[in-house]
Order: sequence, then structure tokens, then C-alpha cells
Amino acid sequence: MGIELQNITKKFTGYTALDNISLNIASGELIALLGPSGCGKTTLLRIIAGLETADSGKIILEGKDTTNLPPREKNVGFVFQHYALFRRLNVYENVAFGLKVLPRSKRPSKSEIKDRVEHLLKLVQMDWALKRYPSQLSGGQRQRVALARALAVNPRVLLLDEPFSALDAKVRQELRRWLRKLHDEIHVTSIFVTHDQEEALELADRIVVINKGNIEQLGTPQEVYDHPANAFVYNFLGNVNVFHGRVHEGMVTLGGHTVDAPDELKSTAGTTSQTFVRPHEIGISKIKSEGNDLAGTVREIRLLGGQIGLNIDCEGFEQPIDAEIPRELYLNLQIKKGDTVFVTFNKVKVFTDDYAI
Amino acid sequence: MAIFQKKRRNILPGFGLSMGYTVFYLSAVVIVPLSMIFFNAIPMGWEPFLSAVTAPRVLASYKLSFSTAFFAALFDAVAGLLTAWVLVRYRFPGRAVLDALVDIPFALPTAVAGICFATLYSPIGWLGDITTKWNIEVINSPTGIVIALIFIGFPFVVRTLQPVLEELEPEIEESAHCLGATRMQTFRKILLPHLFPALLTGSTLAFARGIGEYGSVIFIAGNLPMKTEIAPLMIMSKLDQYDYNGASAVALVLLVISFSMILLLNAVQEWQQNEYR
Repeated sequence: MGIELQNITKKFTGYTALDNISLNIASGELIALLGPSGCGKTTLLRIIAGLETADSGKIILEGKDTTNLPPREKNVGFVFQHYALFRRLNVYENVAFGLKVLPRSKRPSKSEIKDRVEHLLKLVQMDWALKRYPSQLSGGQRQRVALARALAVNPRVLLLDEPFSALDAKVRQELRRWLRKLHDEIHVTSIFVTHDQEEALELADRIVVINKGNIEQLGTPQEVYDHPANAFVYNFLGNVNVFHGRVHEGMVTLGGHTVDAPDELKSTAGTTSQTFVRPHEIGISKIKSEGNDLAGTVREIRLLGGQIGLNIDCEGFEQPIDAEIPRELYLNLQIKKGDTVFVTFNKVKVFTDDYAI
Repeated sequence: MAIFQKKRRNILPGFGLSMGYTVFYLSAVVIVPLSMIFFNAIPMGWEPFLSAVTAPRVLASYKLSFSTAFFAALFDAVAGLLTAWVLVRYRFPGRAVLDALVDIPFALPTAVAGICFATLYSPIGWLGDITTKWNIEVINSPTGIVIALIFIGFPFVVRTLQPVLEELEPEIEESAHCLGATRMQTFRKILLPHLFPALLTGSTLAFARGIGEYGSVIFIAGNLPMKTEIAPLMIMSKLDQYDYNGASAVALVLLVISFSMILLLNAVQEWQQNEYR
């Protein structure tokens, strides 16, 4: 077992940051802690690293109880959001730091340190910058050096605190893929914290969705995205239209419109509900087809790269509906502002209100 | 031509005016007054000048001034670092008061400080009582001078270190700890190199101030010839005897030594800074 967290609780004055969190992570897994800011995810990461102490609970890393060890005895690699490189040391010295501070009996020889540092810098593709100082590197390069530095001490686990959030979009994308590839090569048990659902979905083996100090759902990106456990998870994992309505006799009313209720709610009668529809799960056509089509007026058209975003005012709905359609369909239909279109919900997710957001 | 081009490219306005003002200000406030020392010392000729500045009493005073200022600055470097650290890193009740107290040596007339120390360390004073018992000479001794200079130089170190400490993120220390460094290793290998330039600036200021300090020292020093006469006192006593040229000669040597030391330390700092940019 890579990381075992048992009943971790942490209270700050006035609120509970972590409420009895238990979590098992297998060796070699790459896990995302996903949640809105202030949900406790960074606190959890810092507790695992020993940079904060939990009020109660146990942390077991690779079979060793490390709950009460100080950070320097935990042997975890920690990568900070703002790199936290040593400004007065060059790239080589930064990476070598963790090896040079080992007690003499455990410290590798000079040439071993040199080999290891050069190997790691090659791994993160920074071997050309040995003599550079952090201030001479870009954000993405600094974060790679920080990663090499964290890996130098052969950590039991690697912890990354929003590692890419200070970088610009393009670099973030690149580094994300690169980190996934790197992890497939070195297989160190890793946890990274993020508030970016795309990052979590793309990068992680499993995602832990956290809200207000509680785990909302734990699963593979596929599971979490396709079968969200509750309204919060659904809402957090991407853009979404929310409709408030009622479940009644196997049907859900949304505004002036009704759709079939999902099977598990067929027998529910008269409960208020929230219905979620993702923008890309909405069908658009210019011709009214059988039965359930809903008429609306296109209010706004936005270019989103490969997709086109439409903002549609529908009768009986207070909020305009967000839809995303492929560019090709958009060109075929020749949709213009003010056109009347017909809307179909291809996939809806209904939560009755006992699942509060 | 080149000058005009440069001027056009400069985005910040008013270079000519502000530079002119700076030169004028420095001339009026610093250079012209200090040049008086040269013009007072030059007419006396080489021989009398040498004999004035190499008189045993004068030499002893130079030695005393520089050595006491040096030790005081050294002590301030350590104590100032500790104080700045506490003020920046911790939040505790009374922190604002403590922070304000640091500035007292700046604001207080130095003679007041001198009287305070003389009373405190006099054989019947609160601390003088103890030091007499332990047989430590404070009053009328170089030790007393160092104590007064520590007081005077202290805020320079604290105030130059504070901003540098504030911009040093706690993450730097945390990452060092995560990498297995002990507190001592983190301090020696990471924090100290980072703080060193500011520490050097602060201590240099304290040192320079210590060399020139007069008011707070003369009360506690006792001013014994060859033993506890500081260089500024030598200048004063020469002025008392209407020996303006002699006073200027002593002052000139003091000025040249101080200025070259500050220049040297600035060069060291410049070199330190450039290495990491």
C-alpha cells in the first residue's frame, strides 16, 4: 500500500478544514485531489508531508507510520506552486541539495551525487541548464527543476501542490502531458492537488473530489465524469446547465418542458429536483422533429476552438441555455444570431434535492 | 548624437531635471561641506600634516574608533538578525510596540543615550553594580564604548534586513526541510546566503555610524588619553585649542578611511548580487 490515510481531522479556528478523511492509495498510483479553493485539499497534502499536523488520524507511507515524524524524516518529495527554488544556488546545486545534506554515513560520494543529479536533470530535460540560476529560467523550467530536486532524495511519495497553476495555458498543457509520461516511467506514488478539473481528468489514475473537508467521490476519471456521485461532483467537473424543477409520475419538469426521469427516480413522486445537462450533450436542429423539441432563439454565438458555443433563450426557462455543437454542424445549419432553433437534451442527470450542493 | 538618441528612448520623463537636482543636492549637502576639510588641511603642508595624524594619541584614537565600531557592528549583525527574524516571522501581542522601539536609537539625541549608559554602568548604577562585582570594566573602558555603539548601530541592521526577510517565502524553508535538511543546515546553506548582502549593508551602516559617533560615547568612555579617546574626540579637542588645521588633518584621514571602507563593501555587495542574476 502506497499511502494510507486514516481518519484525518484538522480544525482551524472557526471551521473544519478536514473532516475525518480516510483514503487508500496504491503504490505507483497518480492521484488528483480535486476541489474548489478552500476545500482542504492543500491542507491534506501538507499534513501528509508533515508541514502541518492533523488534530487526529494516522498517516502511513509505504507501510511506515509517519504521523508524528517531522518533514525531514518523512522522506516525501514536495513540489510547491511557486517552485520555492533556492535562489542563491544554481540548478545543479538545487537538485543536489537533498543529497548533500544527508548525514555523512548515508551521503553518496561526490561522483555518485553528480551522476544522480545529471541523470535527473536529463529526465526532466533540463540537463542543458546545470549552471543557470533560477532567476534565469522560465516558470515551466523552474517547475521541472523543482521536480528533479524533489525526486533526488528517492522519496517514498511525491506530493505536488497545484504544480502548474502559476504557468500559462500552453506551458501548463505541455507539462501536464510530460508529467504523465514521466510518471509512467518512474512510478513513484504521487498525489497532486488541483482546482482544474481538466487537469485532474487528463492526468490522474484516480480522482478524489473534495468539498468542505469531505471526500465527495473517489474514482477513475471515467467513473467520476460519467457517474458523478452527487450534484456537487457533477457541477464541479465541467460546464453545466442547471434546471430546478420537480419529479412527478416518472417525468421531470424543467421550466415549461418535461423529460423522462431516470430509472432510479421513476417511482419518486413530487420531489423538487435539480437537473443537469452538459452543453455538449444538447442537440440542435433547425427543423422541429417529433414530440419533445423545445424552441428557442439564439442570443449569442461564441467561438471555442473546435466547438461553437450557443446561448439560447428558450420559452419557459428563466436562464438561457448553454449549448456546444461541433463547428461542422454549425456551418451546415448556418445558424445566425436571432435564429429559431430546436433543442433536444440528449443526456440529463437528475438529482433530487436531498443531495444538496 | 548618441546622447540625443538615448534621451528620446528613455520612457521615464524628467531625467535631465531630476539628475540636475541630484547633482546639485549632493554637491550642496555632501561634497562642498566635506571639501572644506581638504581646503583646511592642505595649507598646512605635508610635514605638519603627517606629524599631526601620526601623533601617538591620534593613532591610538583611530585604532580605538575603528576596533570598537567593528565589534559593535559585528554584535549588531547577530542581534539585529535575530530581532528582524522575530519581528517578521512571528505574530504576537506587542509586536508593533517592539517594532517601534527598534527606531529609538535613531530618534534619541545621542547625548541622552550617553547619559543613560553612564548612569546605568556607573559603579552605583543598576548594571554597574553587577559588572563591578564581576570585575568587568565598562565605564571608562573600550567595553563601554562598544556597548554605546551597539545601541546606536542596532536599528540599521534590523531595518535593512526586515524587507529582505519579508520577501523570503516560508516555502523556501519548508522545501529545505522536506529535502531532509536540519534547521542548522537550512540556516547555513539557504537562509544566510540569502540574507548576507542585506546583513553586510546593515552592518556597514552600523559600522560607519559607529566611527562617527560622538555624543553617546564621550560620557561613558572617560576619555583617558591613549586609552579611551575616540577619533571624533581628538578632533573636538584640537578645535578647542583653536588648532583648525590639525583638526582637519585628523578628520581627513578619518574621512578617507571610512569612505574607502564603504566603497569596498559596496563593491563586495555588487559582486555578490551580480553572481545570482
